[in-house]
Amino acid sequence: MSQNSSLSAGLADRMPKWLVPNLSGLHIVAIFIALLLIGLLLVPVAQVMIVAFQDPATGAATLQNFVDFFRTSLFRESFWNSFYVSAMSVVFATAIALPLAYITTRFHFSGSILIQSLGFIPLIMPPFVGAVAMQLIFGRNGTVNLIIREKFGFDIPFMDGLNGVILVQSIHYFPFILINLSASLRNIDRSMEEAAQNLGSHGLRLFRRIVFPLAMPGYIAGAALVFIKVFDDLGTPLLLNVNNMLAPQAFLRISSIGISDPMGYVISVILVVFSILSLWASFLFMRGKDYATVQKGGGGMAKRTLKTREKILAYGAVIFILLLVLSPHIGLLLLSFGTIWSYAPLPDGYTLQNYVTMWESSKTFISNTVLYAGIAATLDVIIGTAIAYIVLRTGIFGRKGLDYLATAALAVPGVVLGIGYLRVFHNLDVPFTGEPMASWWVIIALALMIRRLPYALRACMAALQQVSLSLEEAAESLGATKRRTIQKIVIPLMTGGILAGFVTSFATAAVELSATIMLVSSNSDAPLAYGIYLFMQTPSGRGAGAALGIVAVVVVAIGTIASQVIIERDKKLKSPGDSH
Amino acid sequence: MKKAGITIENVHLSFGETEVLKGVNLEIKPGEFFAFLGPSGSGKSTLLRAIAGFGPNPKGRILIGGKDVVGLDPWKRNVGMVFQSYALWPHMSVRDNVGFGLKERKLPSAQIKTKVDATLDLVDLAHLADRMPNQLSGGQQQRIALARTIVVEPEVLLLDEPLSNLDASLRVQMRRELLRLQRQLGLTTIFVTHDQEEANTTCDRMAVLDGGVIQQIGSPQQLYDTPDNLFVANFLGTANILEGTVEIDGDTKRFLTKTGDSLSLPDGSGAVGTNIILRPQNISMSHKKAKNSLPGKVRHSEFLGSQIRYLVAAGGTEIVIDQSHRAGQDWFTTGADVHLLANTSTAVVL
Repeated sequence: MSQNSSLSAGLADRMPKWLVPNLSGLHIVAIFIALLLIGLLLVPVAQVMIVAFQDPATGAATLQNFVDFFRTSLFRESFWNSFYVSAMSVVFATAIALPLAYITTRFHFSGSILIQSLGFIPLIMPPFVGAVAMQLIFGRNGTVNLIIREKFGFDIPFMDGLNGVILVQSIHYFPFILINLSASLRNIDRSMEEAAQNLGSHGLRLFRRIVFPLAMPGYIAGAALVFIKVFDDLGTPLLLNVNNMLAPQAFLRISSIGISDPMGYVISVILVVFSILSLWASFLFMRGKDYATVQKGGGGMAKRTLKTREKILAYGAVIFILLLVLSPHIGLLLLSFGTIWSYAPLPDGYTLQNYVTMWESSKTFISNTVLYAGIAATLDVIIGTAIAYIVLRTGIFGRKGLDYLATAALAVPGVVLGIGYLRVFHNLDVPFTGEPMASWWVIIALALMIRRLPYALRACMAALQQVSLSLEEAAESLGATKRRTIQKIVIPLMTGGILAGFVTSFATAAVELSATIMLVSSNSDAPLAYGIYLFMQTPSGRGAGAALGIVAVVVVAIGTIASQVIIERDKKLKSPGDSH
Repeated sequence: MKKAGITIENVHLSFGETEVLKGVNLEIKPGEFFAFLGPSGSGKSTLLRAIAGFGPNPKGRILIGGKDVVGLDPWKRNVGMVFQSYALWPHMSVRDNVGFGLKERKLPSAQIKTKVDATLDLVDLAHLADRMPNQLSGGQQQRIALARTIVVEPEVLLLDEPLSNLDASLRVQMRRELLRLQRQLGLTTIFVTHDQEEANTTCDRMAVLDGGVIQQIGSPQQLYDTPDNLFVANFLGTANILEGTVEIDGDTKRFLTKTGDSLSLPDGSGAVGTNIILRPQNISMSHKKAKNSLPGKVRHSEFLGSQIRYLVAAGGTEIVIDQSHRAGQDWFTTGADVHLLANTSTAVVL
């Protein structure tokens, strides 16, 4: 295939073959990416694992750290709390998502579009941003409880301790279940249901025996995702001041005691193991269960028209759920425009002062964010495109490994990656300047790059899969080299997908907190998410923090809409013949 | 098994503004193998689904065994339907799929097992009882879908294009299998298809549908030989249609084509109309002129193996003629002047 080694052919002939590998440009790219992923993902995570099993004093292999962990009542409690909060978040997220998915897929319901668009809004806000706003609405002295107390004389502990984390997380992450469950429900062929009716089944029994089992893979996929996200999340418990959970404990141990304390590493191992376990469990469950049964021309499930009474009920449920789901956004908006909001259902007055304050004190946060997220997203799509091409279009040995390695970042919680970077880089110095590498801002950008790579990679893979191989072969048969073909044919055709991947990576990297909070060493290096966290620490800073939060929401919202628009336009452009 | 007849009286059905069935009347006898034949969009599947209770409620009456089922929920009719896609539930084993309807009918599990085993035996797939549907071939899935439907002993069996997802050779085998089972069980059966060969080879009688209206009802031979209208004539096989007029001269009747040539019609036939329909195999070709022959010119010929198909310009149109092929026989070359002799005793004038 390649002739790179032709220069040294004479010498090479006399050497053993394995000493002079026949490397093409693509091989070199593959090796470079592999080294990058090993250095920035595998080594830091492996380092964390190793330290967890090492005696801190002697460095000898030991299980003592785990014994110590489970002997400490605070850690046992944190472990149980994390598990409990994740499981309950799945339960509540299901309670929110199931009716929405069912109503939109089974009935002719004019509110469906509303659900489909508003239902996804939580995802465009990092959960920790809404946490403080939720406190003001549902907290002990929040809007809802003030009203209930006045009317009925009691209050409901929505936001007390773990309840608050569960409420915020389930409101934030339920779209994962909604998206997957709706897709599954929509993919069930109408005849699946009709065959059951034909044999005498109907109503709830039909739902229980046929419809739900067929939608199960989608539900499990969504539920597993919610479980992992909640289990790993650091920002929300930190902002709600709930410290007796695993991720906050890891953060607090490392940031207060130092990177030599083994407990942070033990917790990291537990977080990673749980991530992998729940992914594995959902994989096991779904193996051999590809239930997408829609036939050509079959169409999804039969939709029924609602009776008036049912319609009122459906609208009631949907409006209630949407109000609940949008409460963090409403709260944040009120907080950002409010003067003082304390012990009152609503702010005392409204002002633009918070935005002025935010702007004056957050310019560095914003410019840092643009810099870090920009670097991360650019590297993501470059590496993503390269991996996609290597995996889909070449026979390079171990190409699947690149894909797995890049995707494995999904199973690594931000806290763990952060701790790993601190550990690996704390002894190294930045070339030329000599400052410690662990506190160098570039490290933050690289962490973001690794964290968002799986998303960019999926986008690039999807884009390349849409480019027919025959288009490349046509170029090659007309005399273009591999390199020219990639430049002139493949990349231009992938542009839409690559751009969508860039925008998604940028927008989500811009609001990432869990890895960055570990790596930020000075406020001047801090990005937007960290800025919000700082503001929210003091009651007087909340207004400006909320204003910065609104900026974050707007950034992610624009990013999400832009990537959708790009993908849609790209789809239309690529299927000119497929108009039926 | 109970045999039920089906009576369809003046059935109209609309999807929103579009009327799909426009007054269908039909009588299907108990134990009959009946086919709905028509092009896509003719309303044949809609009619079948209306009998099973799917889709919007029709106007008119649908009687199964004398009982009007319009407005009755699908699960309250004892009508078995086999879906085009088979609709086997992928999360259930073959045994659970087949036993589903019996379980819904709350039969004791021992009895369910006996019945499921017996039915799987009937379709020769008892050895696959514990497989999952995605481990079966297309033909096997089809038979399981059939077993799942007949195990509940429905009054009527509805088959919605059951062979369309199979490859050609399997299709021939399965339609024989279907016919064997139908005869064995004596089930009143309706078979929906757009393939005339499928309908011809299986059904006792059929209804040809087009535009939401039944065009003609009868046995396959009746419909082929004596179509009621041009649509039926064209839909069932190839038909040559010559325009012209019927001329009566005393006792003899003739069909005069637009080009002025005449074809004799059998004496005493009550033929009236402006089109004569000639099947390709009922026309012979010769170089010699004969009485009542039609002059023409060969435009094109195709060798089809057992037959040679000629396209001949004659009578103001292009006529298709099939001649059976025997080894050593001469062909008529393209451009040759020929004379066509039609067997008009079987011709239909419309």
